[in-house]
Amino acid sequence: MIGSLGQPLLFLVALGFGFGPIYQKAGGGSYIQFLAPGVIAMAIIFTAIFTGIEIIWDRQFGFLKETLVAPSSRFNIMIGRTLGGATVATIQGIVVFLMTLVVGFRPTSILLLPLALVFMVLIALVFTAFGTAIASRMQDMQAFPIIINFLIMPIFFLSGALFPIDGFPAPVVAAMHLNPLLYGVDGLRGALINGAHVGLLTDLGVLAIVTLVLLAIGSYLFSKIEV
Amino acid sequence: MIDVANLTKKFGNFTAVDNISFNVEKGGIFAFLGPNGAGKTTTIKMLTTLLSPTDGKISVNGYDPVTAQDAVRHSFGIVFQDQSLDDELTAWENLEFHGVLYGVPKKVRRERIEEMLKFVELWDRKNELVKKFSGGMKRRLEIARGLIHHPKILFLDEPTLGLDPQTRNHIWNYIKKLNKDEGMTVFFTTHYMEEADRAAGQVAIIDHGKIIAAGSPAELKQKTSTQTLEDAFLNLTGKVIRDEEAGAAERMRGHRRAWRH
Repeated sequence: MIGSLGQPLLFLVALGFGFGPIYQKAGGGSYIQFLAPGVIAMAIIFTAIFTGIEIIWDRQFGFLKETLVAPSSRFNIMIGRTLGGATVATIQGIVVFLMTLVVGFRPTSILLLPLALVFMVLIALVFTAFGTAIASRMQDMQAFPIIINFLIMPIFFLSGALFPIDGFPAPVVAAMHLNPLLYGVDGLRGALINGAHVGLLTDLGVLAIVTLVLLAIGSYLFSKIEV
Repeated sequence: MIDVANLTKKFGNFTAVDNISFNVEKGGIFAFLGPNGAGKTTTIKMLTTLLSPTDGKISVNGYDPVTAQDAVRHSFGIVFQDQSLDDELTAWENLEFHGVLYGVPKKVRRERIEEMLKFVELWDRKNELVKKFSGGMKRRLEIARGLIHHPKILFLDEPTLGLDPQTRNHIWNYIKKLNKDEGMTVFFTTHYMEEADRAAGQVAIIDHGKIIAAGSPAELKQKTSTQTLEDAFLNLTGKVIRDEEAGAAERMRGHRRAWRH
């Protein structure tokens, strides 16, 4: 868990202090304030996807085989695994949050912190279920780097995590609104620095629906796993 | 105990298991042998509800793995070729989890875990993390775990692969004891022919998806006029090496060291 904290921390420090002055000059205010929620989301989604993907390994060499052959509902097993993975991812998010405080980030309202936690949990659930769904269809780890580079990276970069999305051409912005992470990051930003563009309620709503849909898809695909 | 009739499994155009039929009698020790790529693992997966047949009928302890999945799952315990323990838990915790997964009531669970840990002589290591166990100890623990829910059948996929002679000896002693004292039906695969020769009451040899011979080790040796089961096997399946392409599992096995955190 400690090793995977390196990437968000790097982004936070390098981009935060690197682009900070430029952002400030452009009238955006403190970049660290803007960036922190994005970096927290980053830690969560990468941990979550990885936990989901791990089942490929587990299926052959690990514990998963034992659960697949047991007289227990596949649905329960999938939910259990997703919740477990999401818990780990959320904890990562909390740790990164604490790190942002060290670097100078200040949430605007302590009262809204529980709401921030809700958003972190939802993001974690979405991406753990997503990882599980993908992994249920894969036979080995070969496609894993491809998934990361062509699926997760674009989702992350085009979510408003690192920079505001207004600068893109209108059609691209519209397409970005199909990205569930956009709502996650926006909601997290709203809860932490009162900087939501889309609106907290919409963010919650969209995330909740996407979570349910992905859990459903994930458990269906998981139930079809053959060892 | 296990009845297989006209079992077939096709993967697209490839027929992995081709219309095979065999029976395993209750309380017997049955060896399922075959060269690489013969269809052994595919057959076992179908018997253990992990794969569904393309055609044919299977009956395990009177239940159909396709329609009565859970009933079949309660009927057997399985020791896989690759490890399926949770390394980050203790021996006790692994067995406990299995008991919960199989719906074994708490009190029965506790007694049974103690009984099985003592049976495989791991009782004094019960609170140690499994990642500290040697390969042989892990295998013994997997056998103990497979038996927690009192199954009638024990499936073993290459149970002694890569183990030292002392552990192998112990494992076969456990298996024979289970078979003799509790009437456990045992179904195993192995490449160690001398073990199959010593332990099995009945043998079936599968090659290219078809059963090419079945009978007791003595019968097979007589049929091929050979002295050992290994010679009988080579006689029946030929001496050409079966080269296969590494499947997904094999590739991952190769990368195991690199991927493990």
